Amino acid sequence: MVQLLGPDGTFAPSAAAEEFLPYFERLTEADYRKFFKDMVTVRRFDTESTNLQRQGQLGLWVPSHGQEGAQVGSAYGARSQDHVFPAYREHAIAMIRGVDLLNLIKLMKGITHGGFDFRENNNFHLYTLVIGSQALHATGYAMGIKFDGDYATGNPETDQAVIVYFGDGATSQGDVSEALVFSASQQTPQVFFVQNNHWAISVPVSVQARVPIYRRGEGFGVPGTQVDGNDVFASYAVTAKLMDDARAGKGPALIEAMTYRIQAHTTSDDATRYRSESDLEEWIAKDPISRLEAFLRDKGTDSSFFAEVHESAADFAADIRNRTLTVTNPDIYETFDKVYTHPHPLMEEQKAWLQAYEASFGDEGGAA
Amino acid sequence: MTIENMPLGKAINAGLRKALADNDKVLLMGEDIGKLGGVFRITEGLQAEFGTSRVFDTPLAESGIVGSAIGLAMRGYRPVCEIQFDGFIYPAFDQITSQLAKMTFRHEGKLAMPVVIRVPYGGHIGAVEHHQESNEAYFAHTAGLRLVSPSNPHDAYWMIQEAIASDDPVLFFEPKSRYWPKGDVNLAGNPTPLHSARVARAGTDVTLVGHGAMVTMLLQAAEIAQEEGTSVEVIDLRSLSPVDYPTILESVRKTGRVVVAQEASQNVSLGSEVAATITERAFYSLEAPVLRVSGFDTPFPPAKLETIFLPDADRILDAVDRVLSY
Repeated sequence: MVQLLGPDGTFAPSAAAEEFLPYFERLTEADYRKFFKDMVTVRRFDTESTNLQRQGQLGLWVPSHGQEGAQVGSAYGARSQDHVFPAYREHAIAMIRGVDLLNLIKLMKGITHGGFDFRENNNFHLYTLVIGSQALHATGYAMGIKFDGDYATGNPETDQAVIVYFGDGATSQGDVSEALVFSASQQTPQVFFVQNNHWAISVPVSVQARVPIYRRGEGFGVPGTQVDGNDVFASYAVTAKLMDDARAGKGPALIEAMTYRIQAHTTSDDATRYRSESDLEEWIAKDPISRLEAFLRDKGTDSSFFAEVHESAADFAADIRNRTLTVTNPDIYETFDKVYTHPHPLMEEQKAWLQAYEASFGDEGGAA
Repeated sequence: MTIENMPLGKAINAGLRKALADNDKVLLMGEDIGKLGGVFRITEGLQAEFGTSRVFDTPLAESGIVGSAIGLAMRGYRPVCEIQFDGFIYPAFDQITSQLAKMTFRHEGKLAMPVVIRVPYGGHIGAVEHHQESNEAYFAHTAGLRLVSPSNPHDAYWMIQEAIASDDPVLFFEPKSRYWPKGDVNLAGNPTPLHSARVARAGTDVTLVGHGAMVTMLLQAAEIAQEEGTSVEVIDLRSLSPVDYPTILESVRKTGRVVVAQEASQNVSLGSEVAATITERAFYSLEAPVLRVSGFDTPFPPAKLETIFLPDADRILDAVDRVLSY
């Protein structure tokens, strides 16, 4: 397993980390601080979102708590021209790609099924709720990059690649296997990033895979690398190198980031029914944020930095809360206009019917 | 001369060739469509002409074909997927109904999904299980998809090009038993709008409605009925979703009697939907209930029984007699 920072924050690269070290060495002190700030910010956002759900503002929340190291590190491993296909827990990556996180709130509040457009959000695609489906969309997109010749030109500033995220549960889906087959067959510029958070709702990863997931790719012709997902430096270095390789035309790769889902699957789930306190404590001890904090403090980072980060994260969360309270419901009539891009008689008839039905109530107000 | 006589299969091939030549974003993808030209030879010669990055064999996985076509469409391509046989589309059902159909809606109507899925469908070819199904109702039920089905070479040539030009996903149901008979194709002039029905034969006493290979059967029935003194109008639906109701209702208001025929099983079928809509919208024009003639609600039987399972001209004429008896 590739690891640069031990759980206590000590910099001690594992043997497997050697080939990725040049990527770590590119990072500056400012990058370390940026990684830290992003991890703290998204965790604070995540907590706020759970609170908003508990207070009845959202139908559901999907916590990312514990997975910030895998997400922030890999997010910075992609370049701005790359395309990112998330599952539905990739809040940190959405934030780093510039998506207004209020859009994720709207998704969980029942305002939209999407909320943003990848063409206006630095190539960050919509969350996909059917497990593993996006692996094929990402593969098709990467095939398009290949057909367009927008990779392997030798210019890393313009060459493109795709990174697709899914979890350990998704590796059992046929679509993920088919994506690996298609990707290998076409030698697409693409990285499959698996966040192994050890749980598919209540089912442990041992039910999905009897061999480590990073070895799953090998039989498909997609080489795999296992990385400590709670080590943001290792996640960054491995992703940056393999994305560079993909962009350079070396074919697809698979990354298994070992991490843990500290909260329940969603706010509708109760994790105490199926997992032990001791399991949880073991992983809390490997937390990605406290690990980087120990590293930064050891390097002599001033306490005021940490205080400022927490203050700005609280401001970020407060802003999300304030704006959540002002979100208005969508217009039912507009839904008929969004199903097709060309006019469609059924949509027009049903929209007109609803308008007439509503109007029939006169001043009494409509049913909707 | 702009009129050419050719089989329906060749007409689709010619339409695909034209679409590939007109727009370099058009791609053909599927199983065995490259060197082999497809198991029905519909893509014959196209890989040699346009190259392996425009016309390519995929791995043998239908969900992979449709799912990766979605990604290609996001990139600006216009993929045309071939599903080898009707009964092999189900592995792709999730990508078609949960992803392809809903992708535009998920993007607030702003993302086009110009994906065409070609499906050779229907019986009368004496094949083994899973090779003769008429499963259009599953897809007609799904918001976000468009479905069309040509019945003759001329429509096939034009409709495949219109389907590829659509920015919405289109399932293109090809009546495989009609691949070989020839018909005239007018290669010039404006095509009929994709989602309009066609009056295939004018008549005054009874309206017959159907699509794909069933249209040939309806025309045969109409010919026999004519000899017996009944004037039958035949409507070729062409578009299965949306259905062109104005054309159907105009005919119903004239004849007052309707038979809807289909190879598909009857329960919750497209024919049932058409019958219900006619009843709702033209009740006072009807002299009799709208009758349906369909495949039975058994699985498609072994091939030696298919001519009994599938409606033929006699079963259609039986329904014509019944609809006239009211």
